[in-house]
Amino acid sequence: MNYYESKDLGRFADVGQFAGNLMKKFFDYYHEATGTDGALTKREKALIGLAVAHSRQCPYCIDAFTTQCLETGSNPEQMTEAVHVAAALEAGMTLIHAVQMHNCLKRQGG
Amino acid sequence: MPPDHINDSRYPFVETLKQHRLTLAPVSIETLQVNVGKLCNQACHHCHVDASPYRTEIMERKTIDRCLEILRDHPAIKNLDLTGGAPELNPHFDDFVIEAKKLGKHVMVRHNLTVTFDGNPRTKESKQYLPEFFARHGVEVISSLPYYQEYFTDKQRGQGVFNKSIESLKLLNAQGYGKEGALVLDLVYNPVGAFLPAAQESLEADFKRELSKKFGVVFNRLYTITNMPIHRFRQQLERLGGYEEYMTKLVNAFNPSAAVGVMCRSMISVGYDGALYDCDFNQMLEMQIGNSKPLTVFDFDCDVLIKRRIRFASHCFGCTAGAGSSCGGEIIHEGESHAHTN
Repeated sequence: MNYYESKDLGRFADVGQFAGNLMKKFFDYYHEATGTDGALTKREKALIGLAVAHSRQCPYCIDAFTTQCLETGSNPEQMTEAVHVAAALEAGMTLIHAVQMHNCLKRQGG
Repeated sequence: MPPDHINDSRYPFVETLKQHRLTLAPVSIETLQVNVGKLCNQACHHCHVDASPYRTEIMERKTIDRCLEILRDHPAIKNLDLTGGAPELNPHFDDFVIEAKKLGKHVMVRHNLTVTFDGNPRTKESKQYLPEFFARHGVEVISSLPYYQEYFTDKQRGQGVFNKSIESLKLLNAQGYGKEGALVLDLVYNPVGAFLPAAQESLEADFKRELSKKFGVVFNRLYTITNMPIHRFRQQLERLGGYEEYMTKLVNAFNPSAAVGVMCRSMISVGYDGALYDCDFNQMLEMQIGNSKPLTVFDFDCDVLIKRRIRFASHCFGCTAGAGSSCGGEIIHEGESHAHTN
């Protein structure tokens, strides 16, 4: 069984079956934050969304923001670079902890 | 009525118009769009004509002469829009352009760029004279370039098409196309897959910046066009299991303002055999104008045509999604609330 079905993305609104007012507030906020031109363009927001989607490894978001990137005019090179930004940060977040390792090493007399 | 596979009850366009209280009747016949044949030097993945080097349908001289008579007899028809296949592969193409210009018409050619280098795939006739021919007769050139990079372009139109297209654009620029003067060179973007086009204005800025910076190529306007879910593109969607998803996307993006400006309200489309249609897409779906008797150029009567009922089916959602789509690109531009009628 596959736990993630891409068609389920279209059922996102079903989550509003219960506590619908909260979902409405969420969708309004979500649209305002990701789907409109503001200080950032929709294209820039879509690339950020794509990077976060990969970082958090959400299949629904990867589908949604891949499409969003294409529909706002990004190309595969730009989209791949956005994913590399996320990947680099992930790597950096791992590596920066090596400072903690060094601190510990020093405490151990290493 | 169109057959069920065309008018899919899951995606009811006419009912959607009714829900929005829209009646889309013809408003004018400003443009005669003539498909002079399905022969093409390319065989693109998205082509709604299913054009290729193997197609044999070509408009005959007598049909072209009748189109010229129509243009002569109807001053209100200001534009002749030539399409195909590659329209330049019709043996009477040059005469058609020359005679239409003599009648004072604005002539547009849907030029695929590569035919200049490929020539006629059947006769091997060279077409390298085309840029100079277009310039000499003041033809507006409208050319498909799916993206300003090689990857998307070649994926959709075939290997090597991007580089050949760039060389062809340089030849057109050398003739004065795409610059400040009267020679207009427009490009057409359509998505490489099952997604809607980006906003025309921002994409045009990208195309202009990148094509100028990397290749020194200039052009006038970029038209963004939605992929129509018929023929090859529909087959591709069905093969990949994405037809329903794409149709749902188009239906959900239905825009009443875009619907008001659909191109079928101001044009007539002519098939290679002279049959009349509301648009090139209806032509490819064989949805001919005329209820009891299908009409051809030999029955052309403006009074009858302006009162006709435009034939709609599920594919029409392709023209009304988002900012809309027409042969002149998006129907509503960013920041506008009202549709263009042309």
